[in-house]
Amino acid sequence: MLSDLNKQNLPRLNLHIPEPQFRPGDEADFSDIKIEEVGTTTRPEENVAPIDIQHMATGLIRVLDFDGHASGPWDPKLSSEIKLRMLREMVQVRIFDDRMFRAQRQGKTSFYMKCTGEEATSIAPALALADDDMVFPSYRQQGILLSRGYPMLDMMNQIYSNREDTLKGRQLPIMYSSSEHSFFSISGNLATQYPQAVGWAMASAAKQDTRIAAVWCGEGSTAEGDFHCALTFAAVYNAPVIFNVINNQWAISSFSGIAGGERATFAARGLGYGIASLRVDGNDPLAVYAATEWAANRARTNNGPTLIEHFTYRAEGHSTSDDPSSYRAAEEYAKWPLGDPLERLKQHLIGEGHWDEERHEALQQELDAQVRKTQKEAEKNGILGHGMHQEFETMFEDVFEEMPWHLKEQMELSLAEKESKFSTKKKSQKGTSNV
Amino acid sequence: MFEVSSDSIKTMNMIEAINSALDNMLERDDNVVILGEDIGYFGGVFRATANLQEKYGKRRVFDTPISENGIMGVAVGMGAYGMRPVPEIQFADYIYPGLDQIVSEAARMRYRSAADFISPLTIRTPFGGGIFGGQTHSQSPESLFTHMSGVKTIIPATPYDAKGLLISAIEDNDPVIFFEPKRIYNGPFTGYYDRPVEPWSKHDASQVPEGYYKIPLGKANVVREGEGLTILAYGTMVHVVEAVVKEQNIDADVIDLRTLLPLDIETIEASVQKTGRCLIVHEATRTSGFGAELSALVQERCFYHLEAPVERVTGFDTPYPHSLEWAYFPGPVRITTAIEKIMKD
Repeated sequence: MLSDLNKQNLPRLNLHIPEPQFRPGDEADFSDIKIEEVGTTTRPEENVAPIDIQHMATGLIRVLDFDGHASGPWDPKLSSEIKLRMLREMVQVRIFDDRMFRAQRQGKTSFYMKCTGEEATSIAPALALADDDMVFPSYRQQGILLSRGYPMLDMMNQIYSNREDTLKGRQLPIMYSSSEHSFFSISGNLATQYPQAVGWAMASAAKQDTRIAAVWCGEGSTAEGDFHCALTFAAVYNAPVIFNVINNQWAISSFSGIAGGERATFAARGLGYGIASLRVDGNDPLAVYAATEWAANRARTNNGPTLIEHFTYRAEGHSTSDDPSSYRAAEEYAKWPLGDPLERLKQHLIGEGHWDEERHEALQQELDAQVRKTQKEAEKNGILGHGMHQEFETMFEDVFEEMPWHLKEQMELSLAEKESKFSTKKKSQKGTSNV
Repeated sequence: MFEVSSDSIKTMNMIEAINSALDNMLERDDNVVILGEDIGYFGGVFRATANLQEKYGKRRVFDTPISENGIMGVAVGMGAYGMRPVPEIQFADYIYPGLDQIVSEAARMRYRSAADFISPLTIRTPFGGGIFGGQTHSQSPESLFTHMSGVKTIIPATPYDAKGLLISAIEDNDPVIFFEPKRIYNGPFTGYYDRPVEPWSKHDASQVPEGYYKIPLGKANVVREGEGLTILAYGTMVHVVEAVVKEQNIDADVIDLRTLLPLDIETIEASVQKTGRCLIVHEATRTSGFGAELSALVQERCFYHLEAPVERVTGFDTPYPHSLEWAYFPGPVRITTAIEKIMKD
């Protein structure tokens, strides 16, 4: 036992509070980030035992070098058609994000979240998975929905919460849902989709189906209990699920160290559970495709779950509600050593002779025109705050399959309020227009 | 009112009736799956799932890791796939780690997705005290679930009701929380802890059909009719109230609510308008308990019929104590005192 005297000789304990390397005003310098050379990471068999590939949780799977050459064992050797489609969808989602961000700034909706710089982490998996594999997205996987052919107009209607919004104006913008596109309803609560994806995958396995599940969260929400129980259940039941952790370095204003990133990679979280864990260059669309394909093959052949850490960078703010220049160095994205996924794929396709600047310019113009046209169409259905676009009854529907008496009573109250407070007759008498 | 198949009637306690409901539903619907801690090979700590894994296989009835968060999250995912999961939470006191998945996910799934996805879960969990369970095996958290929108809350008081209500709950397309009053698993309870326990076999409601039948959700049961007073109760307290009323020859309507949400307001209103007096009895803590809601509803709807203030008999606003369990429990003395008070005016 330590005597009081001996205690006096001990150093005082110190509580460590992680701090990012750079804050506003600092010059960002990422030269300490270790980037593996392309081709150095071996590609194990898809039925490998997790314990035999533990090193992959600290490595970095890469296919494209910074000159746009694809090589190494992870090169998925995709046809130029697929790669051109990938590029097109990445350009499309970037333009879509820009227009919708701007729409929020113009006061047409309450909220928006871009995926700029992270497009590869949703578009490439969307193309590597089967269209009916169930995806449980977080809030930055709009690329999957577009890639699966969900109408852009419906996305915009949802963002505007207008009268054509299929979710009846109930959800915050970007919280899409489409069972038809095997795209699970997005929750505003973080990582809750993790155990849900495992449950869906377990059900698929119990039913001897062939479909697998894939789920996304950010590095920040790997701290949630849901993340850890999901990994436990997936390991226990060998569930056919792919866990994607998008390590974009920032969770609103908290850098990855606040989620434990100073101690281990996020891929390494899978190791203790006995889950195959890969770490991939998230700005390399071909590497992301290859890692997803590997994990999907593994899941589909009853070899169990895979955790993939996508090492990337959040180029913009968390959402329209924060200003990144107030918490991180201004030049971080420009200095990010893994570049821009869209530019890297474009350069690769140009290098292979399948693409050129003129065609790229034309593609951007075409997609920009498409997005603007769709936006105009969506705005004809209304924008948030300019009138109440849904019938008041819809507020009370779908709480339960059948409306119980207490909700019916509250609905009557609401309809009476509508008459007295929002009556168009009264408003027009006063000479005011919208509510 | 309910659909009963013409087959043999058996004497069952509440555990056996629940087991029989699960058995019927596993048999009828391939999408019904049961998951929870110790519910598989072992058959559950209270034996509610005994022999079901053996009968239906591990893919239908399986043990889970000790993670209520995981159990609920996985059940929501299975529900999204198209299954009809019946997760068991070993004690209601353990439900809190799974609460976010119930409140923010299961309860909101239909609404947030405009019925694109649903969560047809039935969460079974033993609740209430009276078994010397101490503060972590005795709680009655039902009002947490009636307070959130999107979950139905069911509490049976007899073997017959437990089976019929559980089958309705499993077939319901919305999430249902099914609280099982564990004190009366083996026999109705008079509230006199020092008297011999009476088995269910002496009670009419132990006569349970072996086959499928349903009791509709949202319908209360008038277990005793009277003129002088309405007593609203559910779960264990129905029997404690009945015993008091019987012993003291009180002329009361005793209403077993069975479903707290959606509540059978019509039955309550009709009774209070007839009697003019209302006593609410529950075991849960008093402040913001379901009795507060009942009291407000009765006052709003029956004020001009009331001849005395609405009274509540509840557990105290303390954690459930271990050794002082019977001092905490809202037993015959507390109920009798309240009846005397309400009848004086």
